[in-house]
Amino acid sequence: MAENQSPAIETHGLRKVFGDKVAVEDLSLKVERGEVFGFIGPNGAGKTTSVKMLLGLIAPTAGTGFLFGEPLRNFHVRSRVGFLPEHFRFHDWLSAGEFLSLHADLYGIDEKTKKQRIPELLELVGLAEFSNRKLREFSKGMLQRVGLAQALLNQPDLVILDEPTSGLDPVGRLHVRDIIRGLRDRGAAVFLNSHLLSEVEITCDRVAFVKHGVVVQTSPLHTLMEEEILVEIRLRPVLPEVVSGLSQWSQKVEADGEVVSLSLTSEEDIPAINRYLLDHGVNVYALQPKRISLEDQFIRIIGMDGGL
Amino acid sequence: MALFTLTKLTFREASRRKILLAAVLLGVVFLVVFGIGFSVILNDYKAHTYRASASVLEQGENLILMAGLYAVNFLTVMMTVLTSVDTISGEINTGTIHTLVSKPVPRWQIILGKWLGFVILLTLYLIMMAGGVFLTSYLVSGYMPPNPVAGMVLLWLNAILLLSVSFWGGTRLSTLANGVMVFGLFGVAFVGGWVEQIGAFFQNQTAINIGIISSLILPTDALWKRAAFEMQTSISNALGLTPFSSSSVPSPIMVVYAVLYLVVALALGVRAFQRRDL
Repeated sequence: MAENQSPAIETHGLRKVFGDKVAVEDLSLKVERGEVFGFIGPNGAGKTTSVKMLLGLIAPTAGTGFLFGEPLRNFHVRSRVGFLPEHFRFHDWLSAGEFLSLHADLYGIDEKTKKQRIPELLELVGLAEFSNRKLREFSKGMLQRVGLAQALLNQPDLVILDEPTSGLDPVGRLHVRDIIRGLRDRGAAVFLNSHLLSEVEITCDRVAFVKHGVVVQTSPLHTLMEEEILVEIRLRPVLPEVVSGLSQWSQKVEADGEVVSLSLTSEEDIPAINRYLLDHGVNVYALQPKRISLEDQFIRIIGMDGGL
Repeated sequence: MALFTLTKLTFREASRRKILLAAVLLGVVFLVVFGIGFSVILNDYKAHTYRASASVLEQGENLILMAGLYAVNFLTVMMTVLTSVDTISGEINTGTIHTLVSKPVPRWQIILGKWLGFVILLTLYLIMMAGGVFLTSYLVSGYMPPNPVAGMVLLWLNAILLLSVSFWGGTRLSTLANGVMVFGLFGVAFVGGWVEQIGAFFQNQTAINIGIISSLILPTDALWKRAAFEMQTSISNALGLTPFSSSSVPSPIMVVYAVLYLVVALALGVRAFQRRDL
């Protein structure tokens, strides 16, 4: 496979067992360059273990994985990868500037590039004036920002973010979104491990749902959202035979007083339903289509038990 | 090379966390107390042994000096274990290690880089402390023991040996368990050393064997005894049982064993760190 065509991430049946506990059952996924990939699932689904396997922090019990066509255990390929870990625990006796300088050294970035890039990155994450402040004096949100700057030091082709917005205020989240978009525009892949579905909904191109360490579904976000349309109709009079006639468009019709709700698979059904109701002498007072949220999808795919 | 980045980081951590400052300040206090003590005892000794021969005087000077080095050896052991016991396991425990290990750097460079940082720190500490004891002795009485360099190298080897064992433990155990293990091994070697020393004086072979076995478990006490043997007067060495010397001098083979022990401990630590899940 030519180097410039291999996907950013490709795994086949990655598995990790700790003692007798299966943390990740079967991780098979592919993340292309230039895409923002959401990796979502309940706590304990093996998301962090999966991320750690991708980065070579944890050795898989079975299966294979590649970053840009290189096996996961090849540490050289990590020069193209940026990583923001979950709890952002860093050497807190360093200042922000020293911290970035340390990690630039580990990336093998030369002094000249370092001197230019570190102030740029501090500016990007909104910490320009805190370069000399010790990390131990940073708030959680600031630590996360400096951690993000650290993940961008090498101008990575793949950025792996483990819960990147969990400690951030609303402004910080906007910031992170902009940075993620910037990365995508540059052609980099972003792997976003998150349980904040609203964040994933806003930023991601594709989503993988993980349950019990298995990828149960991977879909582009827009098809996922368009798969199902929930419609609420307020009508009068409520004629039972007319309401039951709605089942020709939807298997799921629920009536609650004057409000009837049903789920559709096509937008074109909405005017047809309206016509049907009027033809049968029912007045329509409101007809509201609602896109099904990622949260609803999540619960549908993972289950109400949260996959526990 | 990433290895030296970690060495620098270790050094900077010791400095930022005021470990260097505390070590230097208290080291100076130690040397001042030692110097005053040396001078007071020496004057008293001279006053009471008015017609003391040069060799009797030398005997006294050597004894005080060895007492100072005994303390320095102990402090270096404490310094080694206390500063290094948390450096691997602590960073694994907090997750600080994740940002280091996910870089395009082989893991062995991370662990050896840190190790080298501690080696430099401990070397400087030992030069300051043991060198300070020699200098103090020289300034107070003009006395220098035999083989000071060989003695210091053996004390240094002792520190680096414990450092390597603590690194090995740190890749597998929690910080507390590692501390308990390293001090526990040190304790075994220490008590075994005394059993051997007293046993040798009374020519009890079982006691000597216990000492030899404990030295094989961890050769720290053997290294100290060898260092003492190098730096004591020939009279002390011939006399046998003094607080610091030994009637059974560890052979040079024991020194070779200690070097091998060090290398193996370090190699096992590197291997364990390479393989473990973080």
